[in-house]
Amino acid sequence: MTLIRSLLPALVFAAVYFAVSLVVTNSYYQLMMTLVLVWAVMGLSWNMLSGYTGLVSFGHAAFFGLGAYFTVLTHVFFGLSPWLAIPLSGVLGAAAGLLVGIPTFRLRGHYFALSMLAYPLALLYVFEWLGFQEVTVPMERVHPAAYMQFQDHRIHTWLALGMLLGVIVLTQLVERSRFGMALIAIKQNEAAAEAAGIDTLRWKLKAMMLSAAIAGAIGGFYAVVLLVVTPVAVFGMLVSAQALTVAMFGGVGTVWGPVIGALILIPLSETLHAEFGSKLPGIQGVIYGLAIIGVILLAPEGVYWKVRDWLRERRSGATDEPEAASIAPAIAEVAPAARERVTEGRKLLEVSGLSKSFGGLKAVQNVGFSVIEGQILGIIGPNGAGKTTLFNLLNGFLKPDQGSVLLDGKEMVGSKPHVLCAAGVGRTFQIMRPFARMSVADNVVVGAYVAAKSDDEARAFATQAIERVGLSAIADRVAGALTTKELRLMELARALAGQPRILLLDETLAGLGHSEVGDVIAVIRRLAAEGVTIVIIEHTMQAMVKLVDHFLVLDHGQVLVDGAPESVTRDPRVIEAYLGSKWSGAHAA
Amino acid sequence: MMAAMWTENVLQALAAGLLVGALYGLMCVGLALIFGVMRVINFAQGDFMMLGMYAAFYIFGGLGVSSLFGPIAGPYLAALLAGPVLFVAGYAVHRLLIARVSGSRSAALDGEGHYAQLVLTLGIALVLTNGAMLFFGSYPHSIQTPLSTSAWEVGPLWGDYVSIFVNKSRGVSAVISLCVIAALTWLIGNSRLGKALRAAADNPVAATYMGIGVERCHRIAFALGIGITAVAGGLLATNYPFQPYVGLEYVIVMYAGVVLGGMGSIIGAFWGGMTIGLVQQMSTLVLPTQLQNTAIFVIFLLIVFFMPQGFFGRVVERT
Repeated sequence: MTLIRSLLPALVFAAVYFAVSLVVTNSYYQLMMTLVLVWAVMGLSWNMLSGYTGLVSFGHAAFFGLGAYFTVLTHVFFGLSPWLAIPLSGVLGAAAGLLVGIPTFRLRGHYFALSMLAYPLALLYVFEWLGFQEVTVPMERVHPAAYMQFQDHRIHTWLALGMLLGVIVLTQLVERSRFGMALIAIKQNEAAAEAAGIDTLRWKLKAMMLSAAIAGAIGGFYAVVLLVVTPVAVFGMLVSAQALTVAMFGGVGTVWGPVIGALILIPLSETLHAEFGSKLPGIQGVIYGLAIIGVILLAPEGVYWKVRDWLRERRSGATDEPEAASIAPAIAEVAPAARERVTEGRKLLEVSGLSKSFGGLKAVQNVGFSVIEGQILGIIGPNGAGKTTLFNLLNGFLKPDQGSVLLDGKEMVGSKPHVLCAAGVGRTFQIMRPFARMSVADNVVVGAYVAAKSDDEARAFATQAIERVGLSAIADRVAGALTTKELRLMELARALAGQPRILLLDETLAGLGHSEVGDVIAVIRRLAAEGVTIVIIEHTMQAMVKLVDHFLVLDHGQVLVDGAPESVTRDPRVIEAYLGSKWSGAHAA
Repeated sequence: MMAAMWTENVLQALAAGLLVGALYGLMCVGLALIFGVMRVINFAQGDFMMLGMYAAFYIFGGLGVSSLFGPIAGPYLAALLAGPVLFVAGYAVHRLLIARVSGSRSAALDGEGHYAQLVLTLGIALVLTNGAMLFFGSYPHSIQTPLSTSAWEVGPLWGDYVSIFVNKSRGVSAVISLCVIAALTWLIGNSRLGKALRAAADNPVAATYMGIGVERCHRIAFALGIGITAVAGGLLATNYPFQPYVGLEYVIVMYAGVVLGGMGSIIGAFWGGMTIGLVQQMSTLVLPTQLQNTAIFVIFLLIVFFMPQGFFGRVVERT
C-alpha cells in the first residue's frame, strides 16, 4: 500500500510527460523528449550502484555500449527484433556487470572509479578493431513495428516512459528493502556493515548486475532510436560522464535526482548543441563539465536534496519553538543487575596458537585462551599489545598466519566477517563506526538482518536491542548527532540486534567520563546477566576489575597472564608491563 | 635469418619502449608529485598535458621560437616553456577549484574528500577536452622537427643484420626528460621549498605547527605537477600527432605508472611509467596496433588487481 502511494508522484509525472508529448509535433523535440528519458534511466542505473553504495563508477558506458551493439548487431546479422534484443541486452549487461564486478570490487575509492573507466575504453578500441566503426540499423519496410521502427516518434517517447516507470518502481522496491538498507550501510561504512553480518560483496555484485542490466537495456533502446551506433558514441567517456552528471546534478540516493538532472541538463545541452554545435563542437561536454564542477562546489548533495532541505527549513522555521523542548529526551537508566561470577561451564570460544605478523612486526604471537558461556572476559594490555589485532582475527577482518579459533567446537579461521557474525560473533569498534546519516533505529536494523528472516522480524529485533541498552527515547535521532556515550550504546545495540552468542567489545569505555563509564558498565553487566557471553578490551584496568570474571593480559602480542581479577592486579609481571620495571622493583622491595 | 629479424624487432621495440618510457615516466612524475604531496587524485592530469601540447605548439609557431631557435632546438625549447605556462594554469585551477575540496577542507567531506576531488577533476577534464575542441578544433596537430624523421643507427650489433634505429627526436626528448627529473629530484631533496613540500606531504598538521604554509605547498605541488606533465606533453608532441581527446588515453597510462611505482613515490612513478612504455611497445610485437590502447587498459587493470602494494599499504584502516 505504501509502495502504491509512493508511486503516485511517478504516475503523475508520467501522465504530465505523456500529455506534453501528445502536443509536441516537431520531430526534433520529440527526439529530445525521448533522450531526456533515456538519460534519466541511465542516471538511475548509475544511481543504483554508485548512488547507494558510494562506489563511483566512471565506466557505465561499458554496459550501455554492449547493449547498443548487441541490439544492432543481432538485428544486422540475425534479423533479431529489438523487442527481444533489448531485454537480452539487459541480460548481457547483467552478465557483464558480474564479470566486471568480481575483480573490480576488490578496489575502493578512486581505484574503483578509474578501473571502471578502463573497461569501456578498452571495449571502444576492440569494437573499432573489429571493424564496427559505424553500424546502421537496417530499415524494415515490411514490418516496421515488429522492429520498433515507428513513423510516429512519440511512440519511442512512450516506450522510454514505460521503461523509466519500470526502473523507478524497481529503484523504490530496492530502496525499501533489506537490499537498499545493505547498500546504504556499505556506503556509510563498509567494515561496519561487514561486521554487522552484511555480505558486502554479494550485495555489491547484485547492485552492479541490476545497474548494468538497466544500462544494457537502455543502451539497446538508444541504438534503436538513433538508428546508428559508433564506438565513441556508446563507449566514449561522455556516456559515462553523462550518466554520472545527471545523477549527481539531480542528487544521488533518490529516485528523483537522476530524473531532475536529465530534465534540466539534456534539453540544455541538446539545444546548445543544435544551435551552436556546428560552430562550437564540444559544447555539450563543456556543459556537463561545468554542471559537475558547479554541483561539487555549490551543492554536493544535488538539486533534489538541496531544494528539499531548503523547503523543510522554511517549513520548520515557523514551528521551531515547540521542537526545541524535546531536543534532549533522557536516555533510560539501566538498572544494575545482580550476577554471580562465571568461572566454570561449557567453553563457547576456544582460541589456541593464534599468530599474526605484519612484515617483521609480530602483532599477535601464539595466543590461546577460552571463554566460558555467560562469562565476561577482560582483555587488557598497554597500547600496541595486540588487542585490536586479536579482535580482528576473531571476527574475520584479518586472517591469522597460524592457530585455530573454535566457536562452539567449530573451526572459524578463514571465515569472512559476515559469516562469523551470522555464526554468533558480534563486535563493536574502538574507533566508532556509526552509519552517520541513518537514524539510531536504522543503524540497529542493519545489524539485525543477519539474524532476521523478514523485515518485520529485523525491526522487532532492533527495537528490542535498543531497549536493552536504554536508547529507546532517542531511537529516531540521526546517529551523527549523538554523544560518545550514546554512540557506544548504539554500537552495542547494533551488535546485539544480530542475536550474537558472543560479543566482542573493543574499548567500549574509551573517551567516556567517569559517570558515563559507570552507566555503560551497568548495561554490559545486565547483558551478561541475561546470558550474553562478553569479551571486552580495555587498556585501563580500574573500571574492569569490578566488571569481569576473568582477565587475559597481553603484552607485545603475547599472553602475559591469564587469571582471576584479584590475582592479576597483584601480579608483578602485569605491574611491570604497565608501570615499568623500576616501579615494580621499588615496590617489591 | 629469421632469428636475426626477430631479435632485431625485439631490440627495436625495447629501444622504442625505453625512449617512450622516459616520457611516460616524466608525465607520471607530475601526477605522483600532486598525489604524493596533497593526496588528491587529479583525473584532469591528461587534459592538462594536452594543453601543454597545444601550449608548446603555439609557443613554437606563434611566439617566434621557431624563427629564433630554428626547427631543431626550437621544439624542445617550446616544450620546456610549456611547463611554466601550465604551472600558472595549475596554480590558478588549484586556487579557484581544487583548494575548495582538498587540504584542510577535505576533513569535512565524505571519504576525506576523495569522492569530491575525483568528480570535480572529472568535470575539469570534460571542460578542458571539450573546451579545447572549441578553441583548437578536432584536427590533429603536431610539432614539426626534422629530427623526428631521422635516426641514429646503433650497430650492426652482430653479423650484418641486427642494428637498432634510434629516432633522433625521441632520443633528444628522452634525454631532456631525464634532465627535468634530475632537476626535480634535486629541488625536492635539497632546496628549502623541497623540504617544505616533503614536510607538508608527510604530516600536514605537524608541518602547519612548524610554520609551513601547507595550503601554499599544495598549490605549488599541484602547479609543479601540472607543469612537469605539460613538459612531457610538449616533448611527446614532437613525435606524435595530438588532438583534444588525447588526455583520456594518457591519464590511464599515468595512473598505471603511478600505481605500479607505488602511490606517492616520485622516483617509483618514473620507473612505473618507464615500465608501461616498455610493455606498450613490446605489445606491438604480438598485437595489432589498433589494440595498443586496449593493451594499456588491460595492463592497468592487471596492475591494480594484482600489484596492490603501495596502495593497500596506505589504505589499511584502523579498527
